[in-house]
Amino acid sequence: MKIRHSTGSGQDKIELQMTPMIDIVFQLLVFFVMTFKIVAQEGDFSINMPQASPQSAPPDQVEFPVLKLHLNSNGGGILTSMKLQDENFGTDYRALNDRIIEHIGTDSGPGSNQETAQIEIGFDADLHYEYVIGAVTAVSGYKQRGGKIIKLIEKIQFVPSSGGAAASVAP
Amino acid sequence: MRLKRTGDSGIFEADLTPMIDMTFQLIAFFMVIINFAQTEQNAAVELPVSSLVKAPDEPFENQVIIHLTEKGRAIISGQPYDIDQLDDVLSRRVQGLEITQYRVSEAMVVVRADKYARAGDVQRLIKKCQQYGFEKFALRSEGISDPRWTNLRG
Repeated sequence: MKIRHSTGSGQDKIELQMTPMIDIVFQLLVFFVMTFKIVAQEGDFSINMPQASPQSAPPDQVEFPVLKLHLNSNGGGILTSMKLQDENFGTDYRALNDRIIEHIGTDSGPGSNQETAQIEIGFDADLHYEYVIGAVTAVSGYKQRGGKIIKLIEKIQFVPSSGGAAASVAP
Repeated sequence: MRLKRTGDSGIFEADLTPMIDMTFQLIAFFMVIINFAQTEQNAAVELPVSSLVKAPDEPFENQVIIHLTEKGRAIISGQPYDIDQLDDVLSRRVQGLEITQYRVSEAMVVVRADKYARAGDVQRLIKKCQQYGFEKFALRSEGISDPRWTNLRG
């Protein structure tokens, strides 16, 4: 920064040249303000999906029967119904979540239903992806008011209409 | 702004110190919260929402980010592809991982699919990646507290 001796009064008063610094500072400020964007927090459902998708566990090790959920669309990608086993939940994720809790309970820990429960989610190919994520959310847990996430089913398999791969999902 | 008369010359000097203080604080604020991870994002993709997803504790060590638009176009590194034409780019990624002696099965494929994308297209994309040995996938969603999607209880 340029420092200039002020000789007007005959004293050795040092005068700082503030203008360039303020120019740069304001340019920085404008840059940050213009590039500032509020971004919603993103997260992942991590899934493990090998190509040759064998049964994730031999039948004798599966202590809890595999639940089957199918999502139907109206042909335009809109969810029309969700069927868990043979029970129709319409489009009510909360009701689906309630039934999952009834099925497996809220106990967690080694040997609990929660640990061994599995669900296969099938869907019509033209269904909008958001409904699949909604169903995954409904079956995989819920959030308490304190923000604590209670997990339900962690072993989730995708079974598309074409009969594809399986996936274990964990939020 | 406080103005101060200096000496007898009649010149008014502005006291710039508070303004500069505030300006530096604003700059520090914006520098701290600036999100360089936006480069992972794509304006063409509107993520589905979920109340249960949480941001990863640390970035994935080796990741392939694939955006999937509503129209079913896959975007990798800014280049759009048809899902069926991903062979070249995926094989290059696999070669890159092999050069670094990293197992393809340990690499993470981050799927940033549009919420209006066809679920069947997402499945096709995953299958295509599986053909090249990828096994780990992260279905990216946006965290939200919308009551329609939030399983809020207790």
